Amino acid sequence: MSYSRREFLKAGSASVALVGLGGCATMVGGGPKVVVIGGGYGGATAAKYIRMWSDGKVDVTLIERDGEFISCPLSNLVIGGSKGLADITVPYGGLDKWGIRRVRDEAIAIDPAARTVKLAGGTTLPYDRLILSPGIDFIWEQVPSLNNAAAQAKVLHAWKAGPQTVALRRQLEAMPDGGVFVMHIPKAPYRCPPGPYERACQVAYYLSAQKKKSKVVLLDANEDVQSKKGLFMAAWNGRYKGYIEYRPNSALVGVDVATLTAKLDFDSVKADVLNVIPPQHAGAIARQLGMANANARFCQVDFLTYESTAQPRIHILGDAIQTAPLMPKSGHMANQHAKVCASAIVALLAGQEVNPSPLFANTCYSYIDDKEVAHVASVHAYDREKKTMIVVPGSGGLSSAPTAQEGIYADAWARNIWADMLM
Amino acid sequence: MRLQLLIPAAVAIALAAGSATVAVDADTSATTGRDIAANCANCHGTDGRSRGAIPAIAGQDKAYLVQQLKDFRDGKRPSTIMQQLAKGYTDEQIEAVAAYLAKQKPK
Repeated sequence: MSYSRREFLKAGSASVALVGLGGCATMVGGGPKVVVIGGGYGGATAAKYIRMWSDGKVDVTLIERDGEFISCPLSNLVIGGSKGLADITVPYGGLDKWGIRRVRDEAIAIDPAARTVKLAGGTTLPYDRLILSPGIDFIWEQVPSLNNAAAQAKVLHAWKAGPQTVALRRQLEAMPDGGVFVMHIPKAPYRCPPGPYERACQVAYYLSAQKKKSKVVLLDANEDVQSKKGLFMAAWNGRYKGYIEYRPNSALVGVDVATLTAKLDFDSVKADVLNVIPPQHAGAIARQLGMANANARFCQVDFLTYESTAQPRIHILGDAIQTAPLMPKSGHMANQHAKVCASAIVALLAGQEVNPSPLFANTCYSYIDDKEVAHVASVHAYDREKKTMIVVPGSGGLSSAPTAQEGIYADAWARNIWADMLM
Repeated sequence: MRLQLLIPAAVAIALAAGSATVAVDADTSATTGRDIAANCANCHGTDGRSRGAIPAIAGQDKAYLVQQLKDFRDGKRPSTIMQQLAKGYTDEQIEAVAAYLAKQKPK
């Protein structure tokens, strides 16, 4: 256990003190204060669940720079053309009924001694517990030829859903028949292990209907397909035969932006549309204060509370963390991290024991075309000796083949998880 | 099995920390079903109130939920994904989550 009884009491008395100070009733109220940075799958879920599970006794402020939520899961369907951006966009207003104070701004600095967060807009917010769910930033230094705005406007990542998703769709639509769509996949770990392979399917889905002389070249820095290999390969050798060329061990060493050429160690590949997914590390706010303490890229956390192992009272969720074995960087996982964290923070602020045995599941659907979907699933339980989340032996598995029934479930998954975090 | 083991562990930790109370352990176990149900919410909706084609599980009869989860786990009820997920949960965890979900309002 990482918390002694004394620490519980300290946390408890801090909140009592805050309640005492709450005489000057404000909009936010006088309860203990939690500030959440980032309104994605992790942060929005944490904000809602802390309000829900504390019966509104904990004040929650959610800092988010975007005006509405746009989902990365399902965003490949926008590139394939079967959905539009509006279909994967959810407003933040649904959180208001939970009494969450929403601030549209960006956190730029944390003062852990004073327990405050500074926002770009100039505001400084106090916290008893701080939650960081910033997602990932790209390590542009590792792709020097793309480390400028002009190059990034031409060679898209579309690995954060939003304007880039639509822009990549436009590039694909503008590509002449006979063109080559080249995608580069970085070395693992990266956000959403099956995502690039799903995207290849979605592009091929579009090409096989509209541009039959075109193809996709997948340049994978990894030695093999990172997720759902059998299911993806079956699609590439089956319905998309001739449309997808998969090249493992193809790390990008440079890009000639003018000619859209991907340079590899011993080869170069000319593209008509070039989609480079760059290597990634934790979002900037979580790389401060020594928190990115796993290979200087991701953040180690206590899996009972999601508290940073480097900074007390700062909790980190989602793609920014150094994940446990076989735990993907996924929106579904971020939502699950958030609930364990919310349970722990509500307990800590009430002076109670945190759940000593967190348990959660991952479910990940990939769209092979516009309707047929395949999944991978796993259940993860806390291992007290190893102090990490371990896949429960015998649990989990894959679809035997993509089906339209799982397509219906995948759509329902999206509706329910978006409501679970935002409504 | 896992759940039976963790309660003595929590007591031991609390004892080691010097001021164990039964209330602390009772609080932890009271939230066990709630925390496990939060696993279900991603697909079945918050507290099991689904908005889509995935079945709603809020307010279902507890014995029915226990039986369905065990049937998935034992391969008796066909599924796309639930057989694989149910294998990750012990009898005690299934009891706890079913008890929590049975108490939730369907709407």
